[in-house]
Amino acid sequence: MKSFIAFFKKEVMESARSGKLILLGILFFLFGVMNPAIAKLTPWMLEMLSESMAETGMVVTGVTVDANTSWTQFFKNIPMALIAFVLIYGGIFTREYEKGTLVLMLTKGLARYKVVLSKAALILGVWSAGYWMCFAVTYAYNSYFWDNSVAKALMPAVLNWWIFGIWVCSLMTLFSVLTSSYSGVLLGTGATVLASYLVGLLPKVKPFTPASLMNSGGLLVGAESAEDYIKAVAVACAVSIICLALSVPILNKKHI
Amino acid sequence: MEILKIQGLSKAFGDKKVLRGLDLSVPENSVFGFIGRNGAGKTTTMKTVLGLLSADEGEIYVAGKKVCYGQTETNKYIGYLPDVPEFYPFMTAKEYMKLCGESLGMKGSDITQRSGELLRLVGLEGEKHRIKGYSRGMKQRLGIAQALLGRPKLLICDEPTSALDPVGRKEILDILLSVKEHTTVLFSTHILSDVERICTDAAFLSGGKIVMQGSVEQLKDMGRAEGFAVETIAPANADMLVSAFENARKSAKDTVVFSGGDAEMFAVMNYITENKIQIARIERAEPSIESLFLEVAAK
Repeated sequence: MKSFIAFFKKEVMESARSGKLILLGILFFLFGVMNPAIAKLTPWMLEMLSESMAETGMVVTGVTVDANTSWTQFFKNIPMALIAFVLIYGGIFTREYEKGTLVLMLTKGLARYKVVLSKAALILGVWSAGYWMCFAVTYAYNSYFWDNSVAKALMPAVLNWWIFGIWVCSLMTLFSVLTSSYSGVLLGTGATVLASYLVGLLPKVKPFTPASLMNSGGLLVGAESAEDYIKAVAVACAVSIICLALSVPILNKKHI
Repeated sequence: MEILKIQGLSKAFGDKKVLRGLDLSVPENSVFGFIGRNGAGKTTTMKTVLGLLSADEGEIYVAGKKVCYGQTETNKYIGYLPDVPEFYPFMTAKEYMKLCGESLGMKGSDITQRSGELLRLVGLEGEKHRIKGYSRGMKQRLGIAQALLGRPKLLICDEPTSALDPVGRKEILDILLSVKEHTTVLFSTHILSDVERICTDAAFLSGGKIVMQGSVEQLKDMGRAEGFAVETIAPANADMLVSAFENARKSAKDTVVFSGGDAEMFAVMNYITENKIQIARIERAEPSIESLFLEVAAK
C-alpha cells in the first residue's frame, strides 16, 4: 500500500509540475463558463444576423433561451474537453516506456500492478475532477441566469457522460499496456470509440453500446428516459472493469 | 556462497543469437568484472537477471532464489544501475530517493537517514536542483545512490564508467570500491584498466558464452606474456635491431618488441652495448588483462 501511495504521489507531482493539471483545470473551467455564455449570447447573435437572414427569407422572432440551451451546449462541448484530456494524458504510460524511467522503479521491487493502478487512478481522478468542475460551473451560472429545473433528468444525463469518460479512461489504460507508443494509445482508444459508434448504428445493438451514452443530451427535454441508457451504462462499467483487470497481467508480462 | 548463479542461459532476438548457453557464478563479497566487447551480450545478460527480458533457455538464481520474467521477487536483493539511468526529471535527488525508498517498502526514518548517507557518499547532498539539469556524471552518481538505497546483496552496474571523463570515472570506481564491504558488485565494462583497478574476479563474455573466468590474479597470470620492448633514440637503430634478431618486430618507428625470456634479453643488451646503440628505455612486458582480452576476443 505504501509503495502504491508513493507512486501515486509521484504521478500527481508529475502532473502538477509539468503544468498538465493547471492546463486541464483552465480548460475544463473555460468549457464550464462557455456553455451559459453561448446560451446568453444566442439572442444577441441571432439579432445581429437577422437582417442577412431576412434576405434569405428567414424571419427571426423572439428567441427564448433557458437553462436547457446552456445544458445542450454542455453536451456539445464536453466531447472536445474529453479529446483534449485524452491527448494530454495519452502518454502517461508510454512516455515512461520510451524514457526507461520505469526500469529503476520495477527493479526496486515495485509491483507492476501498482503502476497500472496508480496511473489509472490518476487519469480517472483528473477526468472526474475536471468533468464535475465543468458541470458545477455551468450549473452555478445556469441557476443564476435561469432555472435549472427545466432540464429534465439532468443528473442521469451528466452521470451517463461521466461514465462514458470513465470508459474512455479504461480504454486508454488498456491500450497503454498493449502498445508502447503514444500514437498506439490514441489510435486504439479512438478506433474502439468509433467502432462502438458504428456498431450502434444497428438499432438492435444501439442500447448496449457505450458510445450511445454520448447522446444523453436527449434526456434533458424528456425525449428519452434514463432507463433507456441502463444497458449502455452497464456495458460501459463492465468493459471498464475488464479493461483495467486485463491491464495488470498484460503489463506483468510486458517487455520494458 | 554464490550470490548469483546463471546456468545455460540462451537468448536470441529474432534469428540473432546473443547468448548461447552462458554459465556464470558470482561469489559473495566480490567485485566482479563482466568483460566483453560492445554487443557481446553483457546488457542482455544483466537485464535477464533483473527479469526485464525473458530467457529462451537456462536458469538464473539470485541469493538462491529463481528469477522469473516480469514480476520477480529476486529484485529485492538487487540494486541496479543501467548504462544510461533515466530518472523523473521533475524531481530533486532527495525526492527521487524518497520515492525509491517507499517503493522498496523502507521505513520513513530509514529512508531519510540512508538517502542522506548515500547522497553524501556520491557528493549530491547539497543539490537542490531538479534532476533535469543534471550532467551525465551526476546522473550516474545518483544512479549508484538509488541502487544502493535498499542495502542490496548484489549491485549490478551496466557499464557505469564508459561515458564518463577520467575524473568522473575515478569517482565512480572509488564509490564502487567503498561499498564492497557490504555488497557484491557485478559490473560490465570494456575498460580493462577499471577491472584491474577494483575487481577481485572477472569473466570474459565472447560469442555468447563465458570463455574465461577467475580471480583477477589468475587471469593476469594467464595473460602474462614473455617479452620486452626496447625504445631507441634513433629510428635507424631500431631497424638494425630488427634485422639482427629473429624474434623482433617493430611496434613503432623507434620501438622494437622482442618475444623471449631473460636469455634473449641479455643477448639484446649485449648487442646494444657492443654496437653502442643509444636507447631511451628497455621495458619488460607487464602481465595484463588487456593482452588476454585481445587474445580471447580475437578467437
